[in-house]
Amino acid sequence: METAIESPIAAVPEELEAPPLTPRELVWRRFRRHKMAVAGVFMLILLLLYSVAGAFVFPESYANLTETGARLQPPSAAHPFGTDTVGRDILARTIYGGQISLLIGLFAVVVEVIVGVLIGAIAGYYGGWIDSVLMRFTEAMFNVPQIFLLLVMARFFAGKIPTVQFLGRTFSGSVIVIILIIGMTSWMYLARIVRANFLSLKEREFVLAAHTTGTTNLAIIFQHILPNSMAPIIVAATLGVASAILSEAYISFLGLGVQPPTATWGNMLDGAYNYIESAPWLWAFPGMLIVLTVLSINFVGDGLRDALDPRTLAQ
Amino acid sequence: MTRYIIRRILQAIPLLFIISLILFLLMRSTGDPLAMMGGRRATRPEDRERLARQLGLDKPLYVQYLYWLIGNDWTKIDMDGDGVAETPGDRRGVVRGEFGTSMVSRGRPVLEMIWERLPNTLILMIPAEVIIILFSLAIGVYSALRQYSFVDHLVTALSFVGYSMPIFFIALVSMYIFAVNFKRWGLPYLPTVGMFDPQVGKTTGQVLLHMVLPILSMSVISIAGYSRYVRSQMLEVIGEDYIRTARAKGLPRRMVITGHALKNAALPLVTIVGLDIPLLLGGAVVTESIFAWPGMGRLFIDHVSRADTPVVMGILMLISVAVVVSQLVTDIVYAWLDPRIRYT
Amino acid sequence: MAPLLEVQDLTTRFDTLEGVVHAVNGISYTLEEGETLGIVGESGCGKSVSVLSIMGLIPQPPGKIVAGRVLYRGQDLLQRDEEQMEHIRGREIAMVFQDPMTSLNPVLTVGRQISEALVVHLGMTEAEARHRAIELLAMVGIPQADERYADYPHQFSGGMRQRAMIAMALSCNPSILIADEPTTALDVTIQAQIVDLVKTLRERLGMTVIWITHDLGVIAGLAEKVIVMYAGFIVERGNVDDIYADPRHPYTLALLKSLPRVDRSSKERLATIQGLPPDLLGLPPGCPFAARCDYAVERCRQENPRLEFVASGHEAACWVDVATRRSDSRPADAVSSKSTGRER
Repeated sequence: METAIESPIAAVPEELEAPPLTPRELVWRRFRRHKMAVAGVFMLILLLLYSVAGAFVFPESYANLTETGARLQPPSAAHPFGTDTVGRDILARTIYGGQISLLIGLFAVVVEVIVGVLIGAIAGYYGGWIDSVLMRFTEAMFNVPQIFLLLVMARFFAGKIPTVQFLGRTFSGSVIVIILIIGMTSWMYLARIVRANFLSLKEREFVLAAHTTGTTNLAIIFQHILPNSMAPIIVAATLGVASAILSEAYISFLGLGVQPPTATWGNMLDGAYNYIESAPWLWAFPGMLIVLTVLSINFVGDGLRDALDPRTLAQ
Repeated sequence: MTRYIIRRILQAIPLLFIISLILFLLMRSTGDPLAMMGGRRATRPEDRERLARQLGLDKPLYVQYLYWLIGNDWTKIDMDGDGVAETPGDRRGVVRGEFGTSMVSRGRPVLEMIWERLPNTLILMIPAEVIIILFSLAIGVYSALRQYSFVDHLVTALSFVGYSMPIFFIALVSMYIFAVNFKRWGLPYLPTVGMFDPQVGKTTGQVLLHMVLPILSMSVISIAGYSRYVRSQMLEVIGEDYIRTARAKGLPRRMVITGHALKNAALPLVTIVGLDIPLLLGGAVVTESIFAWPGMGRLFIDHVSRADTPVVMGILMLISVAVVVSQLVTDIVYAWLDPRIRYT
Repeated sequence: MAPLLEVQDLTTRFDTLEGVVHAVNGISYTLEEGETLGIVGESGCGKSVSVLSIMGLIPQPPGKIVAGRVLYRGQDLLQRDEEQMEHIRGREIAMVFQDPMTSLNPVLTVGRQISEALVVHLGMTEAEARHRAIELLAMVGIPQADERYADYPHQFSGGMRQRAMIAMALSCNPSILIADEPTTALDVTIQAQIVDLVKTLRERLGMTVIWITHDLGVIAGLAEKVIVMYAGFIVERGNVDDIYADPRHPYTLALLKSLPRVDRSSKERLATIQGLPPDLLGLPPGCPFAARCDYAVERCRQENPRLEFVASGHEAACWVDVATRRSDSRPADAVSSKSTGRER
């Protein structure tokens, strides 16, 4: 049985959708999905609190207070992390050591990013022989394992930079040296990435448009192309902090990094292997702190990398 | 293909020169080797001058580099300070295999010192590399095939921890467990010092036993990193259309994994292996320190702290050459293995 | 005689992060021996998923075949385990995929990819398989087959690769060949060659073929029966002549109208189908085509029509008679929503 002819109904109007997310919101959402990355952020915050807030509990002088009568004591109520070979409280030293280590990590990355981005941007943008020269140079630096460069530079810059007063604290010159040399030996990876980015982006139309309106090269590099390359730079910088902290630990462990009495997590481990058996607390605590810090940074960096992945962001 | 090889070799040579130049400038401009030479007595100015002339330190930098690179036995140097060059030089230069003599171990040829220690480092590095490759592949593939399972998550977590640890921490922990605590618990324990027990002598068994902990420390970080890489490569490959085709042909699962997937996934690993050489060398430095292993890494540390330029430069150059060569070899091997490059 | 292949109420869905994708919603059809069936529809309508479900190549998770039976020679393939399916795939039912470049393993020779199936399924030796593979390559029209055996996929052109894929599929004399859009990625001229090739082989080998495409033009000369799919449902089914001469579903009608025709005036506008395919994550109740349909009435939006016979051997799923525009007010059956989920 059929009814009378009905007129077709027009298509239902599109349902109102929620407004699309801005890129930043999208990235944040995707980052949040990574439970590990979020855990990493929490851990980092805790570690930062440990180093910063801890400074209010123990004055710096206490961290450097040697009490030879109380050397090599296992963890106790008075010294929760035990004491070291000259009787200093390890807990306090890890707090201040943390400050230095984290500081070095952060500033070394600043140096690394500045140098790497500059070289990468110039090489990628101008191309030609500038690119060739810069890239040969980059490759040459890249080919020598970082630790060797660090050791050589550490040894020979030692004592060249005086101690600095900063924010009411004294920083031995070796800290500045370490920051500089770690930065100077880690930029190569970033330079390559930035260069690759610039090579592909400079052919795009928005660059062409900028050219035609008379924008200077410098402005194009820094105001147009660079903001579009931020994603890999951010990821590399984040992971670079972890790498810098590790590098500092390595050279301090080998005795050529930050010199005592200034504590860093790395130099607290120097010589600790003589006491593996007798005083494991000497190396366990600073070591654990290094691992936790680097681990959290790696989680965060990994989460950032996925959240900022251009391939999936472009949808 | 041969053109590709030749091209890569030709590219490598200028690279090595640039590296040598950078390193040389670095060494020369940071520190006064002469200050170390005098020992406890203060050096007299005449002696300093003589030493300077002898070592060619009075010449401009580029000349020093030239002498260092290709020697000075083809020219004369002025030994007695009268402004007239009369004595023929005695250096053959790096390019001809002469790295000078150590300033610290007075007069010992650098090459000889390196040669003495090099095999010891290789004994650690080569087995470490093999172990890294095997374990990374095994763990990575296993993880990929069991994606999202408990084992996979566990392996991922452990991998993260693994490459967040500095090598010396791994060394310390493993020493603590396998040497100290095993001993305490009465289990057979692993040695932690040197290459062999001096009381027993340098036997193969001794060396092997002493190798375990250092190699373990060196491998963990790399395995942690590369197994994740292999895993992600494997996952990517498994998602490819040609794997679907292989399955659609009814090939048994094992054949699909090994014959089809693995071949594609393992290819990039070749590149990674080549790039691992510098890491291993670096790791060797720290590991040899901790375990008192008489290798090149320890030689380097000892002589850097004593500002022994020739030795340090010798080791650095050797390492750089090794890295460049290994990259070259890796590129060539990769090109040879990947038919898309080989047959174009 | 029992049909060679009988699909009953096949339902496949995917559990994704964004929700459940209802890819295939209770489709049924039969395939007699020697027939050629065409499955037509837009991208995303479920045609590929349906045949992959038959082959057991749906990744589970996130995919899941939630209902239905697939009877091949009377045996339900969906009940078979992986090992049993490995015997079916390639040997009894073979598949050719859309993009021959990505569907062939780049690091294995083409010849090898053909001969391995022969070794696995027919127990040939390497030498026998190689010989047969060369024969097959020649059969599909690849010149100098014996030399081309050792070539890699990237050394073949697009058309030749697809021919090689066909050779691969036919190598073990399967009863059914499923071709999933085999010509979509190729030039029109190559397309014609491939279609001709399949026709020739079909006659020679007496094959049963399922040909999937979005191109109605190809089906016309190739298939005897046609299924038109939309959003995971079959919306029309019948002989190719009936469908083309007298389309009963608005979607089929629109598809036919949108074909560019040589005999029409070039000044006419190409007809298109307004709107976009529905989001399989959230299918609205009622007919999935309603939103884009020129003939839709209120009932279409509420109830999903089932396939009903509109003529002998010709079924369509529509409430409206497209010829008269009179809509059907018969009460729907118990099941009226999109997901006909008869749980297994």
